[in-house]
Amino acid sequence: MQIVKREGTSKKQLILIRLVAIIAAIVVSSIFIVFLGYNPVKVYINMISGALGSKIRFRSTLLEMVPLVITSLGILVAFKMKFWNIGGEGQILMGAFAATYVALFVEWLPKTLVIPVMFIVGFLAGGLWGLIPAFFKAKFGANETIMTLMLNYIATQWITYLQYGPWRDPSLKGFAKIANFPDHALLPKVFGIHIGFIISLVLVVLISWFLKKTKRGFEIAVVGESVSTAKYAGMDISRIIIFTMLLSGGLCGITGVIQAAGVNKTLTMNVSSGYGFTAVITTYLSGLSAPRVLIVSFLFAILLQGGSYIQSALQIPQAAADVLQGMILFCALGSEFFARYKVRFSSKNSKSSEVK
Amino acid sequence: MNKTVYVEMKNICKTFGVIRANRNINFSVYEGEIHGLLGENGAGKSTLVNMLSGIYKPDSGSIFIHGEHVNIHSPKHAIELGIGMIHQHFKLVDVLTAAENILLGNSQSVFISSKNKIKSIKNVMAKYGMEIDLDKKIRDMSVSEKQTVEILKVLYRGSKILILDEPTAVLTPQETDKLFEILKSLAKSGCAIIIITHKLNEILSVTDRVTVLRQGESVSTLETCKTNIRELTELMVGKPVSLSIERVHTNKGNLLLSVKGLTALGEHNVPVLDNVTFDLYEGEILGVAGVAGSGQKELCESIAGLYPVEKGDIFFKGENIVGYSPREIIKRGVSMSFIPEDRLGMGLVPSMDMVDNMLLKDYVNQPGITVNRKPAKEKAERVQKRLDIQTPGIYTPIRKLSGGNIQKVLLGREIDANPHLLITAYPVRGLDIGASYTIYDLLKEQKQKGVGILYIGEDLDVLLELCDRIMVLCDGKVTGITDSENITKEDLGLMMAGETLSSIKGGM
Repeated sequence: MQIVKREGTSKKQLILIRLVAIIAAIVVSSIFIVFLGYNPVKVYINMISGALGSKIRFRSTLLEMVPLVITSLGILVAFKMKFWNIGGEGQILMGAFAATYVALFVEWLPKTLVIPVMFIVGFLAGGLWGLIPAFFKAKFGANETIMTLMLNYIATQWITYLQYGPWRDPSLKGFAKIANFPDHALLPKVFGIHIGFIISLVLVVLISWFLKKTKRGFEIAVVGESVSTAKYAGMDISRIIIFTMLLSGGLCGITGVIQAAGVNKTLTMNVSSGYGFTAVITTYLSGLSAPRVLIVSFLFAILLQGGSYIQSALQIPQAAADVLQGMILFCALGSEFFARYKVRFSSKNSKSSEVK
Repeated sequence: MNKTVYVEMKNICKTFGVIRANRNINFSVYEGEIHGLLGENGAGKSTLVNMLSGIYKPDSGSIFIHGEHVNIHSPKHAIELGIGMIHQHFKLVDVLTAAENILLGNSQSVFISSKNKIKSIKNVMAKYGMEIDLDKKIRDMSVSEKQTVEILKVLYRGSKILILDEPTAVLTPQETDKLFEILKSLAKSGCAIIIITHKLNEILSVTDRVTVLRQGESVSTLETCKTNIRELTELMVGKPVSLSIERVHTNKGNLLLSVKGLTALGEHNVPVLDNVTFDLYEGEILGVAGVAGSGQKELCESIAGLYPVEKGDIFFKGENIVGYSPREIIKRGVSMSFIPEDRLGMGLVPSMDMVDNMLLKDYVNQPGITVNRKPAKEKAERVQKRLDIQTPGIYTPIRKLSGGNIQKVLLGREIDANPHLLITAYPVRGLDIGASYTIYDLLKEQKQKGVGILYIGEDLDVLLELCDRIMVLCDGKVTGITDSENITKEDLGLMMAGETLSSIKGGM
């Protein structure tokens, strides 16, 4: 068996591969569901209706989508430069941390300014958390994958420390929790959805424009494609890396602000709940295009929301729902491999046959 | 005469996507023969031999090895069939000795350097009259020694059919002669040798027969002694071409570039440029000759501000530009087009279209924070027209263009910037003859406009015809700078191998 790189994949082939992936996902998941003793058709219908079936469910799906979209945009900017930022988790938490400080402890600030200031410090804190690996990469060529990953753990433990230590709400006896935000530090709602949703849509447009039309966006694309060409054209690689990671981390930081002030109403570990990692998948699936991030994140939110709905509606254990999600993802990501490579089977006597 | 046929390929077809790399190719090689495979880039030479060495499989057609119909399914299978490929880029382990490299990969036991095996390598060497120090580490070897090890490696594995892919690209003329001696003795003792090249004089000096490929088809197979350069060129290109570059004479202008004592370090602090000193005048083409890797790349990059200079000065119009950023140097009118071996490594962004590639150096001079693609679009159209670039459109990613057209995009952009100094390295690398002459004409045109050109070249004939003066580099040192009118190719070869100009002239 040999794996061969495809020489140019046509649109038709791509659609076919994706279609096969979806069918494979449905088939494999169905076998699993049958094995658990449920009717697959019923489960799928429940998943869809759980995510889109009513106004409230649709709203929760959109709420689930918001952090995915914004974090994905952050990851996207870094990936465009081939800077493998998998530190979204940490950057989200640090953004939420800075915003929480403003919400709870900066009492002299006029109430109307609290939310704007929370967004600014949240962006900066997330950005600074992204800047650390960027600095070491630019100056010493340190591996950014390892560094961003490690910084996640530091951020996680830092928040835990605050929760059990200095920031613990003394009014709650025996329960370690940081105090809830005051009302003026909570995100206002439009049509029953907090304004994070609108922010995410605005950011999609902004980032799309930034990457396509600005000088910085152009530089990021060139550095991502070829560092030696970028140097040749006179670009300052270090500065570009540092700027890009400030933006990337900053966007993740905004996710932190929105989740803390719009969903959790305080700072907890749930603020990130794996978005930093999930966004790596959505970004990858979007093929590094900002508008497509929106679509992929929406589909993903349906998967998450539908998954949690079938847990309560059909009493499917959470682990099983997660397995289901995993299998669907596995097929979707796996198809990307086949879009780029093909597998060739051959033996000494038989003629070669190709499998898509 | 009834010779044994070693390799026979019949009606071979191979397509990649829409490109038909090989169409109904018929090709055979006899015992004891050196067979040249001649063709321009993209003619299908590599595709054809890759099917012999098991890397690709033909879509249709049959291959016979020693008369037996075979279906070569992997490189390993090819080796079993006695087909040995010597790639242009050696596949040797630097820290191991010659013997260890030869035994590597085909040893059944845990310990590789047993006495018996060394003895059998020596037998092979004796049989074919080859000489090499088996205990010498690869990293201490010269390029031609490494090549000998590669050849020995395939012979030791019992190959009777040898394929060499552009073996002379990395050799000096003298080393080339030595290689050809080895090949001739191999052929005499019964091997069949296929040699890929696009250098016509090599075909004439070493091969017995030659097969010319053009656009994926085998045009003709000829007895080498019955043909000549003109006929081969015409077969290769498909139409008669004139083969001389007329040197245009210009009056020597002002001193443009003056490099003094330039020294730069490479890995392990070994000097890659060692006290390089030369001058370049306006309206002059200064050629740089040297075996690949003699410091050409570092020289170009040092002047462009991309490589750290250890010692020495680079005066451009009287101003010392050492330590300036690449952008500051670009602003002063220094333009570099370096065609690396992989073509796309530096200067262009393969996944971007022509318009964005035109923007690469210009975007920074635009006002505001956004990029304006309109001037770049005009530039792309201008360059496309001027250089006759074959592309589906200026919005096609340039990675989809052919090598020659990619090179034209790069050179076109650099010339369009109206540089004062044009550094161009290997601008015709891999180009077909027609395209090469277009490039030479462009360079001559620039020269007439008073541009100073530093031309790093591979082909000595071209250097001699195109350049006003030639500087020879060997291991980062200048072994001589001479007017190209009073030097011979052989002398250049000696200088490329390290002899200095004065010792050559003094010895005569």
